[in-house]
Amino acid sequence: MSQANRPLSPHLQVYTFHFTMVWSIIHRMTGVGLGLGTVWLTWWLIAAATGPEAFNAVQVFSGSIIGKTVLFGFTWALMFHTLNGIRHLFWDIGKGFEPSMVEATGWAVAGGSVILSLGFWLYGYMSMGAL
Amino acid sequence: MGFQTPLGQVRGLGSAKEGTEHFWIQRLTGLALVPLSFWFVSSISYLAGADHSQVAEWLSSPITAVFMILTVGTTFYHLKLGVQVVVEDYVHTPWLKTGTLIGVTFSCFVLGLACILAVLKLAVGG
Repeated sequence: MSQANRPLSPHLQVYTFHFTMVWSIIHRMTGVGLGLGTVWLTWWLIAAATGPEAFNAVQVFSGSIIGKTVLFGFTWALMFHTLNGIRHLFWDIGKGFEPSMVEATGWAVAGGSVILSLGFWLYGYMSMGAL
Repeated sequence: MGFQTPLGQVRGLGSAKEGTEHFWIQRLTGLALVPLSFWFVSSISYLAGADHSQVAEWLSSPITAVFMILTVGTTFYHLKLGVQVVVEDYVHTPWLKTGTLIGVTFSCFVLGLACILAVLKLAVGG
């Protein structure tokens, strides 16, 4: 069979848009984004193992407005991907497929990821003694 | 060989018995990452604004080092499998697809090894 004539599985364009698709797309985007974030984690750990000057450079960058904005984004991305990942694990064992359940858990993931992100940052500011 | 149908070419070779391996390890690492991610984010939040000596001391604790190495190792394994699926879905030019997959695999190994060695240096080397 030549490569060009192989049957294709239905692709994205043939499906009617449904808002639960957004969760699937965001799950992938947060996954790839978090992948890029591992470079920051590696930098942080290497700097900690290198010494105070190297570590201070990471902390100064992380504490800047840009640094904090991106780090908050990573916090939310990790919370979303983790909570939505739990949703996927339940689907894998065949639970939670009813349309009403899919929508309810979707909103729970959306709301929960925002609440947890804000909660962790509040905890962070409290442990810094800033609040 | 040229006269055989594709089915004829593989018939009798047996199944590779690895069809679900990628799927399964993706789920297994995902499951492990649920508690590890919450441990990681709460630890990092607690360490907000900490200086080098505090973070170095934290990482030198055996319990922290074990959890951090588990987090990093599982993360890069999960990342490699996840990005692989994305690449296979969207990159269709054969050389570009293979090249990207090689790059992703190498990057995950290098970054993962760097993280683990950094933790070991603080945990073991002092």
